Parts: sequence; C-alpha cells; structure tokens
Amino acid sequence: MYNFEFEKPSTIADAVAALGGEDAQALGGGQTLIPTLKQRLAAPLTLVSLGGIPEMRGVCIEDDGSVSIGGATTHAAVAAEAVSSYPALAALAGQIGDPAVRNRGTIGGSIANNDPAACYPAGALGSGATIITNTRQIAADDFFEGMFSTALDEGEIITSVRFPVPQAASYQKFLQPASRFALVGVYLARFADGVRVAVTGASEDGVFRWSEAEEALNKEFRPDALTGLHINSANMIADLHGSKDYRAHLVSVMTKRAIQACM
Amino acid sequence: MTKVSMTVNGKTVSGEAEGRTLLSGFLRDHLNLTGTHVGCDTAQCGACVVHVNGEAVKSCNMLALEADGADVGTIEGQANADGSLNVIQQAFQDHHGLQCGFCTPGMVMSAAALLKENPRPTEGEIRKYLEGNLCRCTGYHNIVKAIMAASGQDVGSIAAE
Amino acid sequence: MPKDSGIGASSKRREDVRFLTGAGNYTDDINVHGQAYVHFLRSDIAHGRIKSVDPSAAEGMPGVVKVFTGKDFEGVGGMPCGWEVTDKHGAPMQEPPHPILAQGKVRHVGDPIAAVVADSLEQARDAAEAIEVDIEELPSVIDMKAAAQEGATLVHDDLKNNICYDWQLGETDDAKVDEVFANAAHVTTLDLVNNRLVANPMEPRVAVGEYKRGTDEYTLFTTSQNPHVIRLLMCAFVLGLPEHKVRVVAPDVGGGFGTKIFHYAEEAFCTFAAKACNRPVKWTSSRSEAFMSDAHGRDHVSKIELALDADNNFIGLRTNTYANLGAYLSTFSSSVPTWLHGTLMAGNYKTPVIQVNVKAMFTNTVPVDAYRGAGRPEATYQLERVVDKAARELGVDPIALRRQNFVTQFPYDTPVALTYDTGDYNGTMDKLEAAADLAGFAARRAASEAKGKLRGLGVNCYIEACGIAPSNIVGMLGARAGLYDAATVRVNATGSISVMVGAHSHGQGHETAFPQVVADMIGIDESMVEIVHGDTSKIPFGMGTYGSRSLAVCGSAMVKATEKVIEKAKRIAAHLLEASEADIELKDGQFSVAGTDKSVAWGDVTLTAYVPHNYPLEVEPGLEETAFYDPANFTFPAGAYACEVEVDPETGQVTIEAFTAADDFGNIVNPMIVDGQVHGGIGQGIGQALLENCAYDENGQLLSASFMDYAMPRADDVPFYGVDHSSQTPCTHNPLGVKGCGEAGAIGSPPAVVNAVLDALNSGGKAVDHIDMPVSPSRVWAAMNG
Repeated sequence: MYNFEFEKPSTIADAVAALGGEDAQALGGGQTLIPTLKQRLAAPLTLVSLGGIPEMRGVCIEDDGSVSIGGATTHAAVAAEAVSSYPALAALAGQIGDPAVRNRGTIGGSIANNDPAACYPAGALGSGATIITNTRQIAADDFFEGMFSTALDEGEIITSVRFPVPQAASYQKFLQPASRFALVGVYLARFADGVRVAVTGASEDGVFRWSEAEEALNKEFRPDALTGLHINSANMIADLHGSKDYRAHLVSVMTKRAIQACM
Repeated sequence: MTKVSMTVNGKTVSGEAEGRTLLSGFLRDHLNLTGTHVGCDTAQCGACVVHVNGEAVKSCNMLALEADGADVGTIEGQANADGSLNVIQQAFQDHHGLQCGFCTPGMVMSAAALLKENPRPTEGEIRKYLEGNLCRCTGYHNIVKAIMAASGQDVGSIAAE
Repeated sequence: MPKDSGIGASSKRREDVRFLTGAGNYTDDINVHGQAYVHFLRSDIAHGRIKSVDPSAAEGMPGVVKVFTGKDFEGVGGMPCGWEVTDKHGAPMQEPPHPILAQGKVRHVGDPIAAVVADSLEQARDAAEAIEVDIEELPSVIDMKAAAQEGATLVHDDLKNNICYDWQLGETDDAKVDEVFANAAHVTTLDLVNNRLVANPMEPRVAVGEYKRGTDEYTLFTTSQNPHVIRLLMCAFVLGLPEHKVRVVAPDVGGGFGTKIFHYAEEAFCTFAAKACNRPVKWTSSRSEAFMSDAHGRDHVSKIELALDADNNFIGLRTNTYANLGAYLSTFSSSVPTWLHGTLMAGNYKTPVIQVNVKAMFTNTVPVDAYRGAGRPEATYQLERVVDKAARELGVDPIALRRQNFVTQFPYDTPVALTYDTGDYNGTMDKLEAAADLAGFAARRAASEAKGKLRGLGVNCYIEACGIAPSNIVGMLGARAGLYDAATVRVNATGSISVMVGAHSHGQGHETAFPQVVADMIGIDESMVEIVHGDTSKIPFGMGTYGSRSLAVCGSAMVKATEKVIEKAKRIAAHLLEASEADIELKDGQFSVAGTDKSVAWGDVTLTAYVPHNYPLEVEPGLEETAFYDPANFTFPAGAYACEVEVDPETGQVTIEAFTAADDFGNIVNPMIVDGQVHGGIGQGIGQALLENCAYDENGQLLSASFMDYAMPRADDVPFYGVDHSSQTPCTHNPLGVKGCGEAGAIGSPPAVVNAVLDALNSGGKAVDHIDMPVSPSRVWAAMNG
C-alpha cells in the first residue's frame, strides 16, 4: 500500500470537510478498498473513515413504512436488524461475502462502489430505493450508471438508503465459486403498483432492470410468465466462470426462482 | 505515524501506526502476537480472523487505526485462565481438526464467533459460517466435526475419526 | 479394541497445542535483528526480450539498501533440475538455464527481473516502481500443441524446439501396439485435460537469509518440506557454498502439498543478498505473488485408448500426453509426467500391452512441478475415466468390468516398469461397496429425482507408487539424488529420547506418530520421545517429506536406528543382570532375563550408558545410533472410491452428496492421522474436479491470479467423507509394513467425481461422454445443452 493519512470524523459535516482535501477518499468497511490499496491500484492521500459517525449507522422504519439504513451500517447489522421490517433485504445482506466480511462491509460502501457482481446494487435497484447523500436524494434508477460508476459526485457521501418495502421480494444469488460474489443475482420485488426485477453479476454495464420480465410479471405473476422470454446475452459478462449465454440462462432461472419464492 | 491504543486479550496496549498499517501487521509486528496469520491479500482465506468488539473480522482487511480504542481478541487469548485449551481448542485437538495449523487460529476465532451467536449449529450452518475460512489440509471434515463437538453435540455417528 | 498408545493408537497430536494457542513458529514469525526486506519486480508480460534494466533511479530512494538485477547473477549458478529424463531416442532432455533473476528474456508473468532490498517492504516496493525496464514483447507460447509445432516461437532461444523431451514407456514396438488395437473387439478413446492447479498451501512461501561475517556462516529460514535438499541444491549448484557453512531451517511449515519441495530462486536470493548487503534479508510472498511464483501442478492434455477383447478383458492401452513444464524446469518437474506418471498407467489392472507417450513442453507460463500425487493423479484420472467410458459403451457394470481385469496375483510385474509387491483389489472393492452402501444407490437416486435433481454414482480404483524410492533404481531412471532417508535416535541419560529425522512434517503429524513407533518398540510412554526435524544443523541428513514417503522411508530408518539402540541397551542390561545377551528380553520398558524374575528398567540401563561405572568394557559409553534406510521397492497403496453427486439440471450446479474411500495402506500407526490425510486429499481432489482452474489467456496473462478467481474448496463445497481402512495388505519390504497415505485422496477422487457427474447426466437421458475438469456449473450446463 502507498501510505495515506487516516481520519475518522464523528459527524457527516466533518467527513464532508475531510473529503474536500486533496485526493481524499471515503473508507466504508474497506472490504473491497483495502485489497485494492494492497495491490497499489489506488493512491489516496487521505482515507476518511465513515465508521465513526453514529448518525450513519442503524436500521429504522420511517413514517411511510419504508426502511431506512444508515450508509455506514454493516451487512451483518442489516441481516440482523432488518429481518422483520424487510426480510428479503436482510436475507440479501446475509449472503454477502462471509461473516467476517459482513461485520465490516457497509451498505454505503457497496452501493458507492457498484461492483458489477455485488449484491446490494441489485437490492437497491430492485427495491426502487432512494440513495440519500449529504447533498441530495437520488433514485436508484438514476444512481447506478454502469460498472463501478454511479451518480455520486466527488466527495459526496451516501448517508443512508431508503427502501420502500414491497409486498413480497426475494434475492436469488448464484455464486461465483471463487469470489462468492454473484455470478448472477436477481432481486425481485413485488409492489402494489408493479414488479421490479434487478440483475447483478451478469452484465458488463453493471446492475440493470430486466424490463421485459417486469412487463410480463405485471400481466401475470407466476413463473410461467417468463416462458418464451430470452434476455439478450450480447452485453453479458464472459469469463472463466461462465459464458454470456450461461449468464443469460441463469438470469431466467434465478428470476423464476425468485418468483416462486414470492408466491 | 499516529498513536493507537487498544485492548488486546484484556490488556491495554498502544503503539505507533502508519495509516496503511493493517491490524494484522500491528498485532504481528508491533505486539509480536504472531498467532494471527496472513494467508491471502483479498480477504478470502480467514487465517487472520480476530475479534474486534466481540465480532469476527479479517484483521488483514482492517486498518490498525480503525481499531483505535477497540477491544481485540486474538488466538493467544483463547485458552482458559489456567492455560489449558478452551472447549473449542480442545475439540479441535480431540477430533484432529487441524493439520499444518496455519488456518487454525482463524478457524478457532470464527468458530468462537459462530458458537456465540448460534450455540448449537447444524452441520450445514457450520459449513456456511466457515465460508470465509479456507483450509487446505483437512478437507474440513474434522473441523466441522470439532465445532459440532465443541457445541456439545454427539459426533459419534459421523464417519470415522 | 483400538489401542490407546503406540503403533495403531489414535494418539492426539502433541503439536496441536501450540498451533491452537497461536504459539506455532512459522517462517514469517521469524524476524532477525537488523533484517531488511526484499521486493521482487516481476514481469507483467509472458514473454519478452529485456533490452535494459536501469535501477539507478531506485538506488537513491529512501531506505534502499541495494538493487539487484540479472547482471548481479551472471556467473552465479541457476536453479537446478534434479532429474534428467532421457527421451525415447536415448538423448538427454533439453535443459535450459533458470537464472535467479531473469537474464536476456522474461519467460512468464511473474518472472523476477530485479530485486530491491530496503529497510522496509513498502520502501522496497516504492523503489521497485522506479526501476526503468525496457522489454520488447514477444509472441507468447501458451498452447502446448501449438508449441510443439515446427517453427513455433521458442521459449528458450538456445534450444532446438519447445519440447523438453519426447518420452516413452512400455511397449516400444509401435507395430505391436497397433496390432493389439487392430485386433481388439472394442476400443474406447478419450481426449481429456488434467487441469492446471495451484497448490496454495495456506502459508505462503517465506525466506529469511542471514550471514555472519565473523564465521562466514549462512542461515536460511525457509518454508520447505526438505531443508537438506534445499541446502544441497543451493550450495552445490546455485551459489557454490560449502555445505558445512550453511544451515537451512524450516520451522513449522503451513502446508506444502509438493510446492514446498522445490528449491526456489527467492531462497537462493535471500542467502546471496544477506552477504552482499551484510544484513539479513527477508522475503514474504503475498498470495498474489504466490500465484505467479509457486510452481503449479498437473496441466496435462492427453489422449487415452483402451483395447478390449470380446470378453471385455483389457488387452492394450496407449496414451499420448502433452505435459506442460512451464517456462523453466523446476526441481523435480521432469520426473512428474514421466516416472511418476507413466509407471502408474497399468493401474490396478493386468493389461498386457501398454505404451505411454509424453511430450513435455516449455511454455510461457509459471513452472509446473509436483503437486499432491504428482503424475499419479494424471495417470489415474485418464485410466479410470476411460474404463468408465468403456463400460458405458459396452453396456456393462463399471465395477464388474474393473473386477474382471484386476491384478490378483502378487508380486505382479507391470508392463510399465513396476513390481507390485502386494494388494487385494477385490477385497478393497468389497469394503467400498459395503461402506458406500452401493446397494442403496437406486433408492437415493429416486429420492433425488423426486426433488428434480439428477443423481450419479462414480466408482473407481487407484494405485500409487509411494515411499520413493530405491536409490539405485531412481538413479538409473535419471534422478540426480538418492532417495533414502536417515534418523538418529539419541537416548538421554534419564531415558528420554530425541529422534532426529530427515522427514519434515508440514501438517502430517510426525511429532506425534513417529514417537508412537519408537515408544512402542521400547515399551515406554510416548511422551518420553521427541522428534527433531527441519534443521540441517541438528539432523544427520534427510530427503524430506513428499510422495507419501515419510513413515515408509524415514520411519524405516528410525526403526533401524531404534533397533540398534535396543541391541546396545541389551548388552548393557546383560552386563547389569549378569546374564547372557541372548537371554535378554525387552518388554514394557523392562529388560529381563528370560525365564527368571530378574529385570532392570529402561531408565537404569540408559543411565548406566552415560554413567558407565558398572559397565561392559567392550561397549562404548553413550546410547545414540543413526541409520540410513534405502527402500528395496516402492510401496503400492491402492483403493477404491465412490462419489455420489446431485446435478441441478436447471443450473448445472453439482453438489457432492456422498464420498466414500476404501484404502489399503498396509499397517497403520495412527488411524486418526491417516483418516485426516485421506479427508484432505479428497478435499483437494474434489477441488480439482469441481472448482480449481489455473487458466491463462492467449497472451499468457494469468486469469486466475488470486482467490477471487481461483476457486478453493470451502467447507460448504464438500460433505463428511466416509473412510474405511480395514483392508490391509502390509508392505512386504519395509519393517513397519506401511505404504503411505498422504496422496491417495487426491489421486483417487477426481475421476470418481467426474464419473459420477457423467452418470447423473446420462441418467437424465443426455448422452454425455466427457466434461473436462473443473466440472463447473457452466460446463455442465453447456454439456447438457450441447
């Protein structure tokens, strides 16, 4: 690792100020960032830990019934604390990485990184969540802009993420056997006003909504509704672990399983 | 260099650390607690698992300065007060849950964290919980068996020792 | 009743206490006062001509002690290969130089170009980034078959081609082999890949070199399975140092699986640099670095043909294999695809005509050498896959087909140079059929199908040649070393014993199992016996631990040395008891005179040996004996394995539902440890079969360069294993009757898994003959939809 200064502010305002410094970078749980630093693939001058800001931690239920999760809340905390308020999201959080990674990794860090195979982007996009930063609120549909790319500005911090709670939802993750990220992960959420299907792990453009499946499911919510639907594999990721066609196939299988789980 | 203080295995310690000093490095190099091992650089293998404020974390994937003020537990602090092996350690020895011993500290620390949150895990729950701990020697058979035994379950029916 | 101590007892491992409490002493735990750290600048391209390496900018950077480039090692020896293979025309293999730091060309991603020694590791890394390297990239040689073509780009410009050797074993008359196949009632042919693997012991490699000017002595602490071999190779072939001035210490070693046998450039570098810098120099590999600097394993591409007569007897076997050696010859790389592979092609079967052909290739990849099983898994995989395919083609029961062709008379001379001394393959298969409840498989398959899953059963046999080896034979075959082992039994005055052994445990539990043998022979408590290993300054000599040889070879040396000790102690006891030596019996730690109640305790005799007041004048004081043991033959562990899988037809995901092993290891010293060895081997075999894949792209970039892409087996990838070791035909030629158990699991399990997957797919109505390992979900799905 290149060396850097370490700061651990206790308020969002102090964090924002610290991130205004030259080549300063936010540190969530560090479960992706620290390995990246070890490879010397990043060289921040200052790392600003968001782990010491009490107002950015925890899960709470808003007046409108939505679930709000502080940006520095760990996956383990979400898995434990959202069980009753948003069980599908809690289940997703409980499938990220491994127990020790879940004790450090945070929702804000995961969503800001937008790894194309990460779980949370699917949960956020599939839920139609709102990403709340120190300056604004961004709809998930506008937030994820492609692999490792988001609508966040330099120095902007995800302070919380607000999830509307669907009638039913399910995350179906097919493991990449080495990293245990998603080879394909499908988050399906059924709301009164429609179904959302978000797919991670599959596309070179990162997380995306499978709109054809949503349309079909809005007409008829059952696994058979996908019969005859084939997702275009042209933009799918091809690597050691699976071809484009295989990933496209898995998107269908995982979506069907998510539907089943929601029935 | 920044001053950092923490409680490690019940003792208050302090030292100097750079921003980039990892908790694993601080434990090994500054405190000479070399029981915590480093087996990878991508947070996969779990040989470095320690407890920070009671939770299992990968100490090679956490900065020492992030642990400032924390209560840290390592493998060196696991034995009983009289120096005898604790229940988990003893079960690992009784059931041959280790061979080369390199992954073992992380396995024991993860097992302790598991049993704290789930005192009587099933075989499947143990295997799932150990997702972040790699062992290349045992094929996991005797590790899983040892953890079941440590939780008070009868392992007599599981195939040979 | 199981014994509670001595030979045959599942004694708990004494070494566990330190490992479980964080008190182990691994090489990275060793820090020498004043040490500096080295960082190797490694090639990020697979093949290129070095035009210049300019370290000047790095030399002035903070903390830098010295920067080394290939120029610093001109005139210094290269890394040696320990086995000269002679090709089928009688010519020696092509043996290119393997410099410590690259000279002239880089030949694989990870090839070290320069080394920076600095006060801290991060300073060394900083400085390495300032080294200016100008390399002209060359086309890379990755595909083995393309590498063998006339006119292919050369990995080594001074060689005539990329073929290290074109080797043959067995029937040399091609026409005779052709005739067997022409007259066969049935021929089964299979093309398959034995996937490249990375051993990945959990402890990465580490080396610490130290030099003392005052005495001109070197110490190297290193992660090694065989410290004496490292000292010999480094002193004699690489650095030209006197062996008596060099001490090599391998403390606790965190797994090896073969990849810590070899003498690596980093070891020689740290030793060399310690003197050049006049400071101890430490190198700790990161895991990412390990992927491109530890020798890899396997990587064969083979065609195997099996000829059967009208009664389904095996009448001929022919294989053609391309074996990848990587860019340079690693220490024992040349022996793996030849003498450790071709000799095992007979398997457990009495096939009369066998021809094995191997072309060993240089490519722009990391060197390939022994990995758990080393050649024997490659042989077993081919053979047991083609037998299963033949059974499927012929519509016969695969177990019956195997049984019909088993070797049943011993000793048995194979057509591929081995003599099996003993075995009972039918007996072992009987044990497997019972232990795996094969009779209940149909019901289990029906239950799986009711859940929408396909269930398959794979059963196979294996045999391996272990306990390497008779030195005179391996010498004839090209080994440049003897493969005996040594032990010194040092009895202290008060009766406790230190046993200095040349074997070196890296997880096998020698500290527990070896004392069981010595204690049993004398009749004293195991705790009175301590093993000393891993330090050339304390041990007479030793060839180390690999090839499942420790107990069979080093253990035999230990037995011989113990016998010598007992013989001498009896002379002393006879004197004390005023009896004839011939009448002295040793039992339960007491020497007694046969037919009388006169006796003297072990401790009194040992004390007398060191306080020889009342002592036989013709006997030297002291009680310490050394023995070297060179085996008369290999040992031949064999077994039968069964795997049951479920396949999810929607995703292609394979899960291992059951795995059962029946092994014949001859006599067993510590059943608990033996079972553990088998578990671990099976875990690695399942890893190879389902998960692990070390892959390069066409430009020689390593695609699986970390645990993020190299899939290691995890706890939830494997089941509890069933193991049965009750089939025991003791080895006929070593004193303990032991055969070795360390590699069996890794040898026997991959074909069982793959055969089970194919059985599952075929049960689902899809005629699939073959899927290459790893049988990943994506490959299974492709095969089902192909």
